[in-house]
Amino acid sequence: MPDPTEDRAVPPSLVEARDVRVSLQGTEILHGVSLTAKPGEVVALMGGNGSGKSTFVRTVVGALPLSSGSIALFGTPASPESRAQLGYVPQRLTAAGGVSATAQEVVVSGLLGSRGERRGPLSRLAGILPPHDARERARAALASVGIEDLAGRDCSRLSGGQQQRVLIARALVRDPLLLVLDEPMAGVDLDSQVHFAHTLGHLKEHGVGMVIVLHELGPLARHIDRAVVLERGCVTYDGPPPQDLGVHALPGHDHEHPHAGPHDEDEPTIAWEGP
Amino acid sequence: MIALLSEPLIQRMLLVGLLVGSAAPVMGTYLVQRRMALLGDGIGHVALAGVAAGWLAGSAAGLADQDAWAIPGAVIFAITGAILIERMRSRGTGADVVMAILFYGGIASGVLLIGLAGGSNANLMGYLFGSISTVTWGDVWMSVGLAALILLIGVGLRSALFAVTHDQEFARSTGLPVEVLNMVVAILAAITITVAMRVVGVLLVSALMIVPVAIAQLLTRSFSRVMALAMGIGATLTLTGIWITVFYDMQPGALIVVLGVLAYVLVAGATAMSERIRR
Repeated sequence: MPDPTEDRAVPPSLVEARDVRVSLQGTEILHGVSLTAKPGEVVALMGGNGSGKSTFVRTVVGALPLSSGSIALFGTPASPESRAQLGYVPQRLTAAGGVSATAQEVVVSGLLGSRGERRGPLSRLAGILPPHDARERARAALASVGIEDLAGRDCSRLSGGQQQRVLIARALVRDPLLLVLDEPMAGVDLDSQVHFAHTLGHLKEHGVGMVIVLHELGPLARHIDRAVVLERGCVTYDGPPPQDLGVHALPGHDHEHPHAGPHDEDEPTIAWEGP
Repeated sequence: MIALLSEPLIQRMLLVGLLVGSAAPVMGTYLVQRRMALLGDGIGHVALAGVAAGWLAGSAAGLADQDAWAIPGAVIFAITGAILIERMRSRGTGADVVMAILFYGGIASGVLLIGLAGGSNANLMGYLFGSISTVTWGDVWMSVGLAALILLIGVGLRSALFAVTHDQEFARSTGLPVEVLNMVVAILAAITITVAMRVVGVLLVSALMIVPVAIAQLLTRSFSRVMALAMGIGATLTLTGIWITVFYDMQPGALIVVLGVLAYVLVAGATAMSERIRR
C-alpha cells in the first residue's frame, strides 16, 4: 500500500466541522455539531439509533447539504476539489444497480473525481475519466484488503464482509488523507472485522486520519484515539474512548435486544464515565 | 439474395438498423442500472407529442411536407421530457410516478396536437410502430450523427456514468458532477429514443434499449462486458429483423422485439440448464 502522505503537504486538520446544522424534509436533524480530526487521528463517532451519526458523515462527504455552519477539509472550505483527498465508505452498497459489476469495476469507480491530477488539454476531463493505470491501482487496493482474488467476481454475489472490503478498497484506491466510514462493521463477519482492524492500523501508521461511525468499538478499540458521542443531533461527549465501551451503555442508546436478558453476556460491563 | 445488398433502400435500412441496434443498448444499460427500464417508454410517448407538435408547426409554417419537422419536434420534446424527469426525481418524486405522468401526458398531448394540425391518429402510426422501409439518406445521416454522439459519450464516459448510476452517494463524495452526469444520461436516452423511433417505433423503442441488456446479463457479470455484448446483440437482432422483412411482409419493429424476447427465453433456458448440469 503506498504512503498517502508521501509528497503531499499535510494540513493541520483533516476535517473541521463548526456548528453544523442539517435539516431533512423540514426537520432539523443536526443542531450545531462540531468535530475536528487531525492527520493520523482516528475518531469514533458513536451514539444511539437516530442520533444523527450517519447524517453528519454524509454531510461531511457532500452527500447532504448544510443548513448552516461550516465544514473545512484539509484546511480549505469543503468543495468537490477538496474531496479529492477524501475516501468514503458508505454503510453498505445501498445503491447496487440493476446491472452486475465486478469488484474491480466498483473499485475503479473510486478513482474518479480526483480533479487536478492531470495537466494539459485533458485536464478538464480529469475526474470523469479513469487514469491509465486504473486496473493496476484497483488490483493493488483489493490486495490491500486481502481480496485480490475476487477482482473479477460479481460484487452483488459476494458476502456482506467481502462487499464491505470492496467498498473499503474503493475508498483506499484514492490514496486518501482522510477516510470517512459509516458503520464499517455492520453485518460483517469476524474474519473481515479483524482484517479491517489490521488495515486500519496500517493506514493510521501512515498518517491517514479517520472518522468512523461505530455502534461498538469492538476489534477497533485499540486504534481509536477519540470518541465523539452524538445524542439527538447534539454532541454530548468528545474525549478519550472509554475502553471496551459499546454503544449499548451510552446515554443515547434507545433500543432493546429481544435475544438478550437483563444483561447481554457479550456486553461490556464498564460503566459510562463521561461526559 | 446477396444482390439485394446493392439496393440503396436495403443499404439504408441495414445501416440505420446497425446504428440504432448498437447505440440503443448503450443507454439501456444505464437505465437498467438505475432500475428505470421503462423510462424509454415514458420519453417515447413525450416524443410522440413532439412529432405531433412538429406537424402543427409545419402546418402553421405552410410547409409542403408536414412531416419535415416531426423528428426535430420529437428531439426537442424528448429532451425536455428527460430534463423534467431528472428535475422531478431530484426533488424526491418517485421514478414510477414520473414515468406514468409522462406516459399519459405524452400520448394525450400527441393525439390532441395531431388533431389541431389537421392530421389524424393514422399519421402517428408510422411513429408508433416505426417505418424503416421509408428511410431516406437524410435519416441515415441524422442517425449516424446521433449514434456517434451516443457512442462517444455513452461509451467514452462509461466509468463516470457507471459510478453515478451505481452509487450516487459515493459518486457525490468523490466530487463528480453527479447532477450533470444524471442529466447527460437522461438527455442521451431521449436522443437514443428519437433515433430508434424510425426503426422500431415509439411503442417498442424501450424494448430495443432493454431486451439486449437483459440477454447480455444472462451471459456475463461485468458491467463493461454487459454493455459491449448488448451492443452486439442489439445490432444482430435489428439487422436480422430487417433482413427477414425484406422477404416477408412483416412489421419490422414488432419482429425485432419478438426476436429479442425469443432470444432471451432461449438464452435463459440454456443458462439455467447449464447451471443445473454443472451442479
